[in-house]
Amino acid sequence: MDQQGFEAEDLVRRFGGTTALDGVTLAAGRGRVLGLLGPNGAGKTTVIRILATLLRPDAGRATVAGFDVARDPARVRERIALSGQHTSVDEELTGRANLVMIGRLLDLSRRGAAARADELLDRFGLGDAADRRVAGYSGGMRRRLDLAASLVGRPEVVFLDEPSAGLDPGRRDELWRLIRGLAADGATVLLTTQYLEEADALADAITVIDGGRVIAAGAPAELKRRIGGHTIAVRLGDPADAEPAAAILAAIAGRAPDRAARGELVVPVTGDAALYETAARFREHRIGVTELALRLPSLDEVFHALTGDSRKAAR
Amino acid sequence: MTGPLRTVRHALVLARRSLAKTGRNPGPVVNGVVSPALFLVLFLYLFGRPVAGSTGDYLQYLFPGILVMGAALSGLVSTGTNINLDLKNGVTDRFRSMPISRLAPLLGSVLADFARYAFAVAALFVLGVALGFRTGGGIAAALGAAGLAVLFGFCVSWVAVLFGVLVRDAGAVLAFSFITFLPLQLGTSLAAPTGTQPGWLRAWAEVNPVTHVMDACRALLNGTPADGTVTTTLLWCAALFVVFCPLAVRAYGRAE
Repeated sequence: MDQQGFEAEDLVRRFGGTTALDGVTLAAGRGRVLGLLGPNGAGKTTVIRILATLLRPDAGRATVAGFDVARDPARVRERIALSGQHTSVDEELTGRANLVMIGRLLDLSRRGAAARADELLDRFGLGDAADRRVAGYSGGMRRRLDLAASLVGRPEVVFLDEPSAGLDPGRRDELWRLIRGLAADGATVLLTTQYLEEADALADAITVIDGGRVIAAGAPAELKRRIGGHTIAVRLGDPADAEPAAAILAAIAGRAPDRAARGELVVPVTGDAALYETAARFREHRIGVTELALRLPSLDEVFHALTGDSRKAAR
Repeated sequence: MTGPLRTVRHALVLARRSLAKTGRNPGPVVNGVVSPALFLVLFLYLFGRPVAGSTGDYLQYLFPGILVMGAALSGLVSTGTNINLDLKNGVTDRFRSMPISRLAPLLGSVLADFARYAFAVAALFVLGVALGFRTGGGIAAALGAAGLAVLFGFCVSWVAVLFGVLVRDAGAVLAFSFITFLPLQLGTSLAAPTGTQPGWLRAWAEVNPVTHVMDACRALLNGTPADGTVTTTLLWCAALFVVFCPLAVRAYGRAE
């Protein structure tokens, strides 16, 4: 693996009697985005905290930006930034004061810290709010400021722990755009998420963990293939169209759709071509819809599919 | 820039952060002045005549102890709870994942307290003089007394920092500060000489370091012989610092 990214091998960490990590291996090369996907309590935050030198592993080893986290934590800290689950900005200070403080702690000159703060405030769309106290910021603004604070020192590796938690979809898209910008600048990113959709949108590769173990790893497309791809969901404009619509979907998907709710049909499909086909056939038959969606499987479905797989493999 | 200097500079940046927050939310600092001021006025007019015969004489006895109270211990609350709050939200994680000494955030908080104590001492001096207090030992001795009180506060702060790091619950930190406040502050020579106290209380008051600080400040401010109380105070300061500063830094480094 490229030395400039990060690499963890067989990380084990116990807290009292519980084993939070039970041999986690993951890696990403320079400029890549690795999505660490898992439910609450899977061990995602523990992985991040070990790589960010906040926790020592009980066993296993990890290098970040070429330095061992246990032997050389000071060197690692010079090259990383961490944006935790709780936003780590000061409510009582203004947005600008927060960034200038971080800059001063990173040994920028007074002028250098101010210039870097202004640059980041502009880039993150906080220029107008720069001199307001963070206490008055919206959730999305805080997240953006938090991310900006992580970038003051131009880190080589950025750790983002559930960056979009608690954001509404519009704000989330904006944040995603900014996170993609990090990777484009050459930073290696490790982000944790509970949403396959988020990992799919941002990551070059995904590692799925559950109960402190890696249960799957690979490129998003590859994982989706293993999970069974997408589902098409249709909500009909007129419930009277249910029979012909179901017939069309059955022909495309090769199996009869589920009728999850009144007027809604859901069927698993293998690729996005099925969506275009569905739309074309509906138009041909003049079937009106209020919703026509190509959905990724939910995290529950992902885990069901993956843990099912691993159990089969074990047998 | 070399290690220790760099750490001090980072601590100053963080002390400024703490003071900026105090500027926005001055409650604890106002409390640090108002509580001792209330003790001063109440004790003065409640006990002045029965204890010392006149409020004027009693003020000369009482005021130095109040100064120590204001400078040193009333601000304990703010350091312990501030550190505790930082640990709860993500700020501490950010600091600890940055290339700065783990001492810097703690030192910054304590340095900010230093400024807050100095403010409390100045405000209390104004009140004391307004009530009629006269320093008998000259300006140098008065500054020495103020400095001693603030130094003691700085050293005691590390105890609060340790508890702020170790105890997870901010309410518990506050309760700890309050419960220790009463016997530490009042079980001393603050209101009356230890010689007038019953044996059990006297025994406590005489081992209580706060008594020595108050006695030292009283001697300096009144120009009376200090009888080694200044030395005892400095030894206590050194002991508190040497024991609790490393413990606090270690606990902070380990807090997860």
